[in-house]
Parts: sequence; structure tokens; C-alpha cells
Amino acid sequence: MRAAVVVFPGSNCDRDMVVALRQSGADVAKVWHKDADLPQGLDLVAVPGGFSFGDYLRCGAIAAQSPICRAVVDHANRGGYVLGVCNGFQVLSETGLVPGALMRNSGLKFLCKTVGLTVETQDSAFTAAYSQGSEIQVPIAHHDGNYYATEDELKALDSEDRVAFRYSDNPNGSMSSIAGVLSANRRVLGMMPHPERAMDAQMGSADGQALFRALVGQTTQA
Amino acid sequence: MKAIVTVMLKNGVLDPQGEAVKSALGGLGFSGVNSVRQGKLIELDLAEGTDPAQIDEMCNRLLVNAVIESYQLDIT
Repeated sequence: MRAAVVVFPGSNCDRDMVVALRQSGADVAKVWHKDADLPQGLDLVAVPGGFSFGDYLRCGAIAAQSPICRAVVDHANRGGYVLGVCNGFQVLSETGLVPGALMRNSGLKFLCKTVGLTVETQDSAFTAAYSQGSEIQVPIAHHDGNYYATEDELKALDSEDRVAFRYSDNPNGSMSSIAGVLSANRRVLGMMPHPERAMDAQMGSADGQALFRALVGQTTQA
Repeated sequence: MKAIVTVMLKNGVLDPQGEAVKSALGGLGFSGVNSVRQGKLIELDLAEGTDPAQIDEMCNRLLVNAVIESYQLDIT
């Protein structure tokens, strides 16, 4: 499986993302935000966490307009896999690849802790290795993770089984406790928690491994 | 020419920052503050004769996230 990790000025989880993907067997390259093209034959693009462009204007808003993001949108429209974590989720929501928006945490504080997530669906390349309804432990580290979507969008997400993860104990005011959502074709996942920071028991949790293993495994068959 | 874009959260979208400001005002002893909404103001210095439609496009493509925000455009 060939993967690329996008790097913006202010990205800070790009290396962790590369390590997590390599550990899971992917062939990984980093791509710079000014690049207009992704490497040929790519299966997955990962948009990492951080504070792209200093979170100026809105989190992810300026990154979403960068040349590489146009290529990421094209990749997704061709049916390619895209994973956006934390700031990456904010970027994907700004591009419209996943619905909704991420607002300031309801408690206004930056939250940095490990939280419980309920796996809401097994029906995606990202979540296939978890059992539906199980709880996993994954760290969050964000100031703007309060998921907002319109009533109609929330209904659609539920009826189409596109909520990937919900917080067991909603830390940030997210609507319907949503922590991660899938695109309509189930090949784009945006999530606020950091699975790449839960890759080893020594990091406090290894529950992120299953996400990367499943993703790399499924896309290798192609 | 100048364009002032006032960006506000849409009605019905919870504004935690506005709520915190309201509570701080209450803490200072100001009574009768029914609600506080916090937004932002973006000032654009533009070439004379810029088409207002182009300014709307700037708002829709970058300055405003239509999922949660609305804006008002004042051109002077």
C-alpha cells in the first residue's frame, strides 16, 4: 500500500503518522503543501494533526485551499482513501470531503487526554478490525473539536451508518458525541482523536494499531 | 475601495465564546446582558472597481464557512 502524509506549515503529527503507517506495512512518502500533485499510484493520503497555518482564519481553512489539497480532493473523488486526524479532520471538513464543521470546545479549554471511543461501525476500511460497539482508548489533543452538523446531516450520517466513532463521555460538546465521520463512499475518514498516538502499550494504548493494520491490509489487496 | 466582511456564527449555532464573555460580564456586576455573540470582522483593501460578485466569491470560498457562519458585506 502506498501512502502519502501531507505536511503544512504548522503540522506537528506528520512524523507520528508516517511511523504508524510504516509500522503497519505501508510505503510512505511525505508531500509538501505547495506540491500540486500527489505521487503516482497512491492508495491513501493522510492529513495529520497540528496547527496548519497557525489556525489563522479558522482551523484548517487556509490549508484546505492549498495546492496539495486540490490534489487530495481529486484523489478522494477518484475513490482513493483519505484519513484526516485532528487538524487533518478540520482540513477535510473545510474541503467538504466530510460533512460538518469543528468548533471551539464547549468548555473553551484545550483538551489533552486519553478518552474512550465507541466504535459505531465496522463497515469501512478504517474500522473493519474493530468490533462494533467496542470501546477503545485513544488520545485527544485539541481546542476546536466540537463537531457541528445540521439536523439533516446528522440524520443522514446516522441512517447511512457513517458515524465511525463516538465519545463514550463527550469531552468537547460535539453533537451526538461524534468523534469521527465517514464520507458517503466510506473511503474518507475524519476524526479528532489521534490513533497514531495509540500504537504501543508504552504510549498508554495500542488501540490505534487496528485502524492502521486494517487500512493498510485492505488497500494492499488492490 | 474597502470591503468590510462581518462574520458571525449562524443563529442556532451555539457560541461557547460568547457564552463565556456573557458570564464574565455577569461576574463584573453588569446585569441585563441577555446574550453575547462573538464574531469577526475582516477588512479588505481592494483595487478600485472590484466586482462585488468577486468579493462574495472570496467570502464563500475562504473567508466564511457556510456550514456554521453567515456574513454581511459592507463596501465603502
